[in-house]
Amino acid sequence: MCADTAIKKDHEEGTRREFLNLAAGAFGALGTAAVVWPFIDSLNPAADTLAMASTEVDLSPIQEGQSITVMWRGKPVFIRHRTAAEIKSAEEVPVNALRDKEEDKDRVQKPEWLVMVGVCTHLGCVPLGQKETESKGDYGGWFCPCHGSHYDTSGRIRKGPAPKNLAVPEYAFLTDTTIRIG
Amino acid sequence: MAGGQRQKFDNPVVEWVDSRLPVFTLMQKEYGVFPTPRNFNYFWNFGAIAMFMLVTMIVTGITLAMQYTSSTSMAFDSVERIMRDVNYGWLIRYIHMNGASFFFIAVYIHIFRGMYYGSYKQPRELLWILGVVIFLLMMATAFMGYVLPWGQMSYWGATVITNLFSAVPVVGDDIVTLLWGGFSVDDATLKRFFALHYLLPFVIFAVVFLHVWALHVTGSNNPTGVEPKGKQDTLPFHPYYTMKDTFGLIVFVIIYAAFVFFMPNALGHPDNYIPADPLVTPAHIVPEWYFLPFYAILRAITFDLGIPFTEVVLIEAKLGGVIAMFGAIVLLLIMPWLDTHPVRSARYRPWYKKTLLVFVFGVVVLGYAGSQPADKVYWQTCIGSEAACEATDAHHGAADATGHHDVAEKAPTVLKFDNTMLAQLFTIYYYAFFLVILPLLSRKEQALPIPKSIHEAVLAKSKAKETK
Ligand code: HEM
Ligand code: FES
Repeated sequence: MCADTAIKKDHEEGTRREFLNLAAGAFGALGTAAVVWPFIDSLNPAADTLAMASTEVDLSPIQEGQSITVMWRGKPVFIRHRTAAEIKSAEEVPVNALRDKEEDKDRVQKPEWLVMVGVCTHLGCVPLGQKETESKGDYGGWFCPCHGSHYDTSGRIRKGPAPKNLAVPEYAFLTDTTIRIG
Repeated sequence: MAGGQRQKFDNPVVEWVDSRLPVFTLMQKEYGVFPTPRNFNYFWNFGAIAMFMLVTMIVTGITLAMQYTSSTSMAFDSVERIMRDVNYGWLIRYIHMNGASFFFIAVYIHIFRGMYYGSYKQPRELLWILGVVIFLLMMATAFMGYVLPWGQMSYWGATVITNLFSAVPVVGDDIVTLLWGGFSVDDATLKRFFALHYLLPFVIFAVVFLHVWALHVTGSNNPTGVEPKGKQDTLPFHPYYTMKDTFGLIVFVIIYAAFVFFMPNALGHPDNYIPADPLVTPAHIVPEWYFLPFYAILRAITFDLGIPFTEVVLIEAKLGGVIAMFGAIVLLLIMPWLDTHPVRSARYRPWYKKTLLVFVFGVVVLGYAGSQPADKVYWQTCIGSEAACEATDAHHGAADATGHHDVAEKAPTVLKFDNTMLAQLFTIYYYAFFLVILPLLSRKEQALPIPKSIHEAVLAKSKAKETK
């Protein structure tokens, strides 16, 4: 202890031992992190899970006013062939009135085809509204029964606890009537 | 440990072992002659009962694990096979399934005991904290166990709860993907939940060991909250409390067995006998009953927290709910520092007693609120003309497709009290109890006279009985 303080006095900016301790400590911490990371990353989606990440869909059988649900990455994707009235009501909404401000035209590639991930942005339930008989909520789009989120005909959140609009996945029209999601 | 002053055992085999590893001396000291307050009531049984439940869960769990398959395509069927084909599989599963409920019943009573008699107070703070840690680990274990049978409630419960983490700012979505090991709750999720469900009970076991160790350093609290002052205040643990614990355990197990044999599914949800379907959400998702109060707190936060009169949102509703829910448990954790009143037992603290009982009532109401749909209306009245009121009623039933409501000339005011408001009311009380009432009572509450010692309290009680 005494010797230590004596040495410290000679080396105001730190002793050789302090430096070595610090360097060894940092090396150890880095090494530990390098070992821990593979274990954590092993919990992330595996290569085969990622490889299944795209789906092709034929749109031709879907009549105007009908919707279908397809699976993509283990989640439902809603594809709706919108009617003229639905498109009109979606476009007429003033963007400023929305919680998650998005124009309808930014959510579709072709206005008659609305493609969205059918997962409520609150806590992940599947909203109702795909079938004729299901409740479509107060805004004529979708309604999440779990905690009462209402989505409009553009899939935008209008009322209820969800913070965001229904997500639009990455997709591309391969032909006029087929799309690839993902 | 007892190194030098070890007493010899008569049995030569015991003596041979004990002189090399003094486990018998340890047991004798900690569970044989261990001085225990002589005035325990039946609330003191629930620690031993909880221990019994932990062992029951581990034994039934391991036997189930030998038959269970943790892949999404087979999990549900493997549980049905346990129910139908495996010898006594139905029994083992029902013991495990109801065991989770009875484990929580025991632990909730155990926690209430600690709160009522002030067992969390100095010098038992760490003992209390270890208890809350056990409670947290139990919740994680039970949540993941409930996912394993891969029914509708399993799947959607897992989806909703894991999605809570998406509320974390910036890295939320990455955390959720990491938890899932994919893009939704799926095979990878089920497998890791099974691995962790198997592991965590043993972690609990280790923390229970620390909990009991800490208990044996400070000694037990008792209904008077007065520390034992000498031999006249205590009894040796054996045979007095081994017997009392056994008796209480038998009563508890009779009730538990009644559920296992006569109403094994009473505490569960029928939807969990429908195989998981990622495309269909059940109309009404509810967690297991023991999570309901916390679920109600989660759902009570339906508003964004922001700077008033601006559009700046600091904490959006979703994150607020998550914080409120975890906060409810953090409050338990720091309870020893919120209540600094020198008197332990609620027996001698009239105000603490009343507010605590209201707190318990509030938690029960929160549990009820958690079990009901968020928008359920308990009471409602309409102020305005009859016609206008009827019009709003009609709108409620059938919403029009375009979102344009034709508003009547004068919109009526509808006053209502719904389930969300009920939950908000008691969430406020929950927080106020810890953050306002406890610190206030710590400073202001005038306690009743406390007995000088345990044996004085015991003698006074028996004297009162005699004179009757
Ligand atoms: C703290 C102790 C434990 C608790 C609170 C707990 C809780 C649960 C719960 C709530 C379920 C769902 C029951 C159902 O609805 O079917 C479950 C299932 C299961 N648990 Fe546990 N468990 C515990 C310990 C264990 C242990 C130690 C193991 C294995 C080593 C285990 C293995 C299983 C298995 C294989 C299932 C699926 C079969 C089934 O659903 O019945 N558990 N657990
Ligand atoms: S998950 Fe849709 S409203 Fe909560």
